[in-house]
Amino acid sequence: MIQVFPINTSAFGVEANGMTKRFGEFTALDAVSLKVAPATFHALLGENGAGKSTLVKCIMGYYQPDDGEIILANDKVTIGNPRVAHAFGLGMVYQHFTLVPAMTVAENLVLARDDVPPIVDWTKERKRLDRFLSGMPFRVPLNAKVSAISAGERQKSEILKQLYLRRRFLILDEPTSVLTPGEADEVLGMLRGMVEKGELTVLMITHKFREVMAFADEVTILRRGKLAGKGHVKDLTPDSMARTMIGAEELTVQPGRAGEFGGPKLTISGLNALDDAGQPAVRGVTLSVRGGEIVGVAGVSGNGQRQLIEVLAGQREAESGKILLQGEPYHATRQEMRRAHLSVLPEEPLKNACVARMSVADNLAFREFDRAPYATGGWWLNGAKFRDDAERKILRYKIRTRSSGSAIGELSGGNVQRTVLARELGGDVSILIAANPCFGLDFAAVAQIHAEIIAARNRGAAVLLVSEDIDELLELADRVVVMFNGELVYETPAAEANLTEIGRHMAGH
Amino acid sequence: MADAAGIGLWTVPLAVLGGAMRVSTPFLFVSLGECITERSGRINLGLEGTLVMGAMSGYGVSYLTGSPWLGVLAAGVAGSAMGALHASICGLPRVNDIAVGIALMLFGTGLAFYLGKPLIEPSAAMLPSIDFGWWSSIPDVRAALHINVLFLIGVALAPILVWGLRTTKWGLIVRTVGESADAARAMGYSVNHVRLGATTFGGFLAGVGGSFLSLFYPGSWNEGLSSGQGITAVALVIFARWNPMLCLWASLLFGGAAALGPALQSVGMTEGYQLFNAAPYILTLLIMIATCSPKRTLIGAPAELSITK
Repeated sequence: MIQVFPINTSAFGVEANGMTKRFGEFTALDAVSLKVAPATFHALLGENGAGKSTLVKCIMGYYQPDDGEIILANDKVTIGNPRVAHAFGLGMVYQHFTLVPAMTVAENLVLARDDVPPIVDWTKERKRLDRFLSGMPFRVPLNAKVSAISAGERQKSEILKQLYLRRRFLILDEPTSVLTPGEADEVLGMLRGMVEKGELTVLMITHKFREVMAFADEVTILRRGKLAGKGHVKDLTPDSMARTMIGAEELTVQPGRAGEFGGPKLTISGLNALDDAGQPAVRGVTLSVRGGEIVGVAGVSGNGQRQLIEVLAGQREAESGKILLQGEPYHATRQEMRRAHLSVLPEEPLKNACVARMSVADNLAFREFDRAPYATGGWWLNGAKFRDDAERKILRYKIRTRSSGSAIGELSGGNVQRTVLARELGGDVSILIAANPCFGLDFAAVAQIHAEIIAARNRGAAVLLVSEDIDELLELADRVVVMFNGELVYETPAAEANLTEIGRHMAGH
Repeated sequence: MADAAGIGLWTVPLAVLGGAMRVSTPFLFVSLGECITERSGRINLGLEGTLVMGAMSGYGVSYLTGSPWLGVLAAGVAGSAMGALHASICGLPRVNDIAVGIALMLFGTGLAFYLGKPLIEPSAAMLPSIDFGWWSSIPDVRAALHINVLFLIGVALAPILVWGLRTTKWGLIVRTVGESADAARAMGYSVNHVRLGATTFGGFLAGVGGSFLSLFYPGSWNEGLSSGQGITAVALVIFARWNPMLCLWASLLFGGAAALGPALQSVGMTEGYQLFNAAPYILTLLIMIATCSPKRTLIGAPAELSITK
């Protein structure tokens, strides 16, 4: 049987007092206190690097705090490792799924137990799981492989796994980052219901104010490892929370929209492409982007956006279809990219647009390194020119690096993205392809990237922006299309866009 | 109809069938073992060396003790040691399993030749076989149906492994580690320990497969004993999509292909049979070309495998 501790039969609260955690010279968490009352929904806000993850990892026993105490349902406890946390009834749902994709949901649930029997009697286990599920507010297909179910169902399975293991205090780390707004509301709503019934306490790390406003009772805000504010959600506004998160830092001001739409610069017709498993991922995509226009592609990740971008970036061969840049056929050769002034901001830039071990200066020169003034005769490279140009761009784009000679892999995510931005938008841009350009970045980097994208648009560039963040699309795009199951299923001008309508199409209804 | 010529060209398929069962046994054991190793997310390319070490130690122990079954056990133990060595080296940070595998392949064959020098002359006790052809008076049929016990064990092992991967705790853990090391770590399992176990098990089976070579067919110890069965079996696991039952059918197919040359020779073909001796290698190439593509990953491949990552 599953072990039941007296403490975890109903919702309980957790207090962390004066938590300090240092990594060498760096203080990740500086005397932070957090109080989560039993049977409440608590949100933990903060920018990247604010110490949210460090704090919850101290509570879960992954890290040992240098100072501070944890009080669990009025008892002071020491949590030496995650197993102790689990025994107390603390559970964590990670941003990235921890389910094994090639196994069924039932196998994943049984596997997570501490007492997997040597020989699993699947008929018996299935019955027990069915009984468990009948008492839960949501269903998941037990016999389906995890790889075959939707992101929403996966996140539900992750949460069910925690409940199946009798965890009554759940820490959720950005649980909705891969869900449609509808799915997010469903999952959070169900958790909210359990909280209201007194069965559960939830601590959620998030950066979506909409979800905080709709589901959380209380909020704690961190900034640069320190407690920046806390309070009841009903007393706060998204603006006041954002200001507390950012502090006094100045954000790049986004330029207003200017200019007229020009003629089509990027034309895709009947494009088909396969994914890594050889299955169709992009199905008959036809789309045209005009100069001075941002077309946003919305969709839950895994609906073919990645493959579409890879085809445009030259990383994947299309099965069929035609792509025209400024009216010229495009086969992703270097000459064609240069002639059309094509720039790409791919997702995971360190993997898709950089060589991690090469220097910032080298990475900045990828587009131009074999041409004058960087190269003489197309082959003799001029290191001084690389460095000069890099230093100019490091200043202009506020890239934080020790020097232009540091390996780009040592930079933080935001600075890697700034470097790619500098390279791709530093010269003439006529066509810009961007995929989730702000994923996981802090407010300052996001504001800068958004401003640069709008500026490129205002200069007459055609911009194709793929994003999983609908708010970002509605803010930046002139026109929004929805991609579902490899096809473009819906199109609307951004000014008239309706979030519910877009969410419905993202879910395939 | 009592003489061999009486069944005419039927000799060929019959010899292929009998040969398939004989030749496939090492393929079967090595591929079943490698299947488990790869399901845990690691490739052991050193199995060629393990196979030859198994053949040598099995032959040696059988010769010294007079018991071929003790020889099989010794071969398994030697194989386990080779597997454990591979896993231990790969468990160190920043070690590539492919490179270690190639090194151990050379190491294993070299060590076996060195230690096995004195074993070339003497003859050891051979593994017994069961005569399933007693009902027939045709010598060809009887020859083909002399089936070794190890082959039967291998045939039984394939479904047992399928069952084990599906319904036992260890099967679930091995699959978890092979599909998502992060998930396994989050559940508190040591990825390295699980892979150590899976690689050692794979080494054990490969060693047993090697003992079949020296103790039954061809049934002697010499340096030309293995003709790449160990490495072919690794390819065979990919062809079999990491499924032990498919490993069984694939081994039989390869065994049959390898038996084609000798079978043609036995009906009196004097020229060109050498070409058929190459059949298993050509088959390997054709299968790889037909089933692999740079544009997609293999279906069923464990996600943690270094070649599919």
